[in-house]
Amino acid sequence: MYAVRHWSVRNARLLEWLYNKFFSLLLRLHPLFERIGYSRLEAPMAALERGIKGFMFDCRMCGQCALRSSGMSCPMNCPKSLRNGPCGGVRLDGGCEVIPDMRCVWVEAWEGAQRMDEGMVITVVQDPLDQRLAETSSWLRVTREGSMFADQKNEGRE
Amino acid sequence: MDDMTESRRGGGLQAALRRGDFALTAETSPPDSADPARVLERAGMLKGLADAVNVTDGAGARAHMSALACAAILARDGIEPVLQFTVRDRNRLALQADLLGAAALGVPNILCLYGDDPTAGDQPDAKGVYDLDTRDLLSTARCMSRGSFPGGRAIEPPPGLFIGAADAPRPLDENWKPDGIVAKIDAGANFFQTQYCFDMAVLRRYMARLVDEGITERAYYLIGIGPLTSAKSARWMNDKLFGVHIPEPLIVRLEGAADQRAEGRAICAELLAELRAIDGVSGAHLMAPGGEESIARVIGDSGVLAARSSAA
Repeated sequence: MYAVRHWSVRNARLLEWLYNKFFSLLLRLHPLFERIGYSRLEAPMAALERGIKGFMFDCRMCGQCALRSSGMSCPMNCPKSLRNGPCGGVRLDGGCEVIPDMRCVWVEAWEGAQRMDEGMVITVVQDPLDQRLAETSSWLRVTREGSMFADQKNEGRE
Repeated sequence: MDDMTESRRGGGLQAALRRGDFALTAETSPPDSADPARVLERAGMLKGLADAVNVTDGAGARAHMSALACAAILARDGIEPVLQFTVRDRNRLALQADLLGAAALGVPNILCLYGDDPTAGDQPDAKGVYDLDTRDLLSTARCMSRGSFPGGRAIEPPPGLFIGAADAPRPLDENWKPDGIVAKIDAGANFFQTQYCFDMAVLRRYMARLVDEGITERAYYLIGIGPLTSAKSARWMNDKLFGVHIPEPLIVRLEGAADQRAEGRAICAELLAELRAIDGVSGAHLMAPGGEESIARVIGDSGVLAARSSAA
């Protein structure tokens, strides 16, 4: 929803804090997820993610969530699906070239990033989308990858 | 085959088919190179042997030299190309632009294909475009050949393309209807080049059905064959290539040969001779990834070209 999407960008800092809490919760749930089976969780988790992020960010389920890197403004709402900043067509009033009544998602993203503690990750270049991940749960993927990373760190310590 | 008279310039392939000659097309794959000489190194072996040379378009969903550039290099060197167009990598704007560009660079024939999905290639994360399907591409090519973009804007002069589509000869049950083939012809297909068909018994029945249905009155059929390199690769093709069935006796024959490559070429030349006797078959399409040289030898050994010149 357009209005909610803007609220999310205005409250990017709160959402960043919430997401960090949520991410550590997900990491703690990793053993449970493993026991249930990630593949079995995929469909219900993707549905949950679509519901929540669809409402809050107009999420398009690219499966490679960039919200933390885009000031909580979902780049998939850009009509050109640009994931590394705006195109050259941004209007003087910050409107989108293709949909003039919509604020450019990257103008929004920059504003959201200013409000966040780690908002400057917006300058890190995003890799091209992996089209195979479309419609899959980004939450499950970051949990699995995050816990693998944590395992590696622990092994290094021992 | 009235639609075929639309082609303005027309190439040697179209002329050979119209004359009723047994036509030969062969396939070449664009190199992983920026050197045009590499294109001619491979395809040059087919010069004077094939009526036209197909240029594959990102075969196996891998990037190689652009098929359009490759076809233009062939055309410049006097080798007539059949430019393969997949709908995987380009949206309709790019396809239309390339159809005009191809014609401007001397490409008279195109083959409209769907293309292997990106997930089959070496960059499986890539996006498949599929803005049009093959039927849309066929009708787009025909529309443009008749003088306008699908949106109505005029093209002067139009590209006059000889338009091909793909088919796969296979065993048919009694209730089979040629709807898919008819739809492709209605959309604009002038000729078909088929998947590999090594089973002549299956092909005879398939072509008999097409003849009965009047298909071969409306479009030319070029049957896909090729020189098998070994029994092992024949088995692999049976397992992995969609719609391919190499009969066991042929594989056994390869296995028993001292020189499997030579035996593969011999089998291919025999199939070529058999194809000429099948009603409804207008020619053969020879494929062998990276095997332009062995295709050239097969055509040379088959005597097809000699038969043509003595008939003329």
